[in-house]
Amino acid sequence: MARRLKILLAKAGLDGHDRGVKVVARALRDAGMEIVYTGLHQTPEQIVNAAVQEDVDAVCLSILSGAHMTLFPLVKELMNEAGMEDVLLSGGGIIPDDDMEELSGLGVGRLFGPGSSLRSIVAYFQEEIPRRRSAR
Amino acid sequence: MARHTLSELVEGVRNGERLAIARALTQVENGEPGSWALLKQLRPDIGGALRVGLTGPPGAGKSTLADALVRELSRRGHKLGVVAVDPSSPFSGGALLGDRVRLLKATENPDVFVRSMASRGCLGGLARTTAEAADILDAAGKDIVVIETVGVGQSELAVASACDLTVVILVPESGGMVQAMKAGLMEIADLFVVNKSDRPGSDEMKFQLIDASRYLIWEGRRPSVLMTSAISDLGVPELADEVLGYREWLQEGGRKEKKRRDQTKVRIRELVRSGLEERFLESPEVQEALDNAAEEFRAEDGSLVESARKFWNSVRSDLSRSDIV
Repeated sequence: MARRLKILLAKAGLDGHDRGVKVVARALRDAGMEIVYTGLHQTPEQIVNAAVQEDVDAVCLSILSGAHMTLFPLVKELMNEAGMEDVLLSGGGIIPDDDMEELSGLGVGRLFGPGSSLRSIVAYFQEEIPRRRSAR
Repeated sequence: MARHTLSELVEGVRNGERLAIARALTQVENGEPGSWALLKQLRPDIGGALRVGLTGPPGAGKSTLADALVRELSRRGHKLGVVAVDPSSPFSGGALLGDRVRLLKATENPDVFVRSMASRGCLGGLARTTAEAADILDAAGKDIVVIETVGVGQSELAVASACDLTVVILVPESGGMVQAMKAGLMEIADLFVVNKSDRPGSDEMKFQLIDASRYLIWEGRRPSVLMTSAISDLGVPELADEVLGYREWLQEGGRKEKKRRDQTKVRIRELVRSGLEERFLESPEVQEALDNAAEEFRAEDGSLVESARKFWNSVRSDLSRSDIV
């Protein structure tokens, strides 16, 4: 049985826009990945709880509300505490380039803003996840 | 965190450590080399948990009912594991594991562990390793493991082979389906639930099921028919009572042993069958023999059975030299 890429897609906080995350979910599924979607209005604790139980290869936050500079660091910290410091934290939404850089400095992976192609998102996970697995 | 060693995993699972449980589940799910050794070491800790299967047609509300049932049983002090299975795409092999969304309230309790699994091409609605996943949650100290499956209309034997109590969930609109699904889905039920019972037709459905249950008596017990409305938590305490009552009943008279024995037989058979298919029939030598047989059939005018026999006779000695399990 092949080891599939398993990814958690999460909507954190008050942001209720889920069309984008659902489109991404379908694209990743069509690329052969197993996707767990948390639904809306998740707290960072709930997201990391789910990530642990599902033993995912990547946690992705979809944030269009501007709360990314609060939510990403919180989730990263909780992931570290839970023993998932080597698990990829990625995502997308409305995130300015400067903020993406700052988050990258905190250990967050590549982030996908508006206009990102589904192909580039798929390709990123297909490269980055195996890379991290072999480094473990 | 570096990968767990085998003994770290064993310790971690026994202590109920979430990350260890999750990593053990992954190993088992992927059939990784260490997974059978892991299960062997955990053997003393496996067996105590009641495995409850929730199955039924799509849209019957299995996940919502699972969430309500898990919350009710947690409230009564039980430790719950949930394995939620969703279908893999036959085209891409990927899957949208969407049951967890409906189990969110249940997961707020730290004693509840929910794991989503993709069916990975297995008919019958269960991933091949679902029974092993239930074993891990059992070993981790859960006293009830709920297995929530894809509602397919075939081979529900897969569910029955992994569960002690198979609950078939229907909705009033399934009326026609009850007739159509006489085989399979109906035959495996230990308990029927009519969900969304606030809708019209629920009483008719109930009477049809009570009628049908007369043919499903096992060890003198006839499947009950319960009415629920999962989103309102109606009928859920009664369902929990029934599940716990069944568990007690199973402990008596060697019934649980009987069920477990049948489950083991099915699991062994399945391991051998899948090994036969994947390791033997898919091997290059056998594939070549098949190609030859097909070509011979085309060129000559014998029957297909004759070609099949020739093919089988040419490969059967290879079989005794193969390791299929």
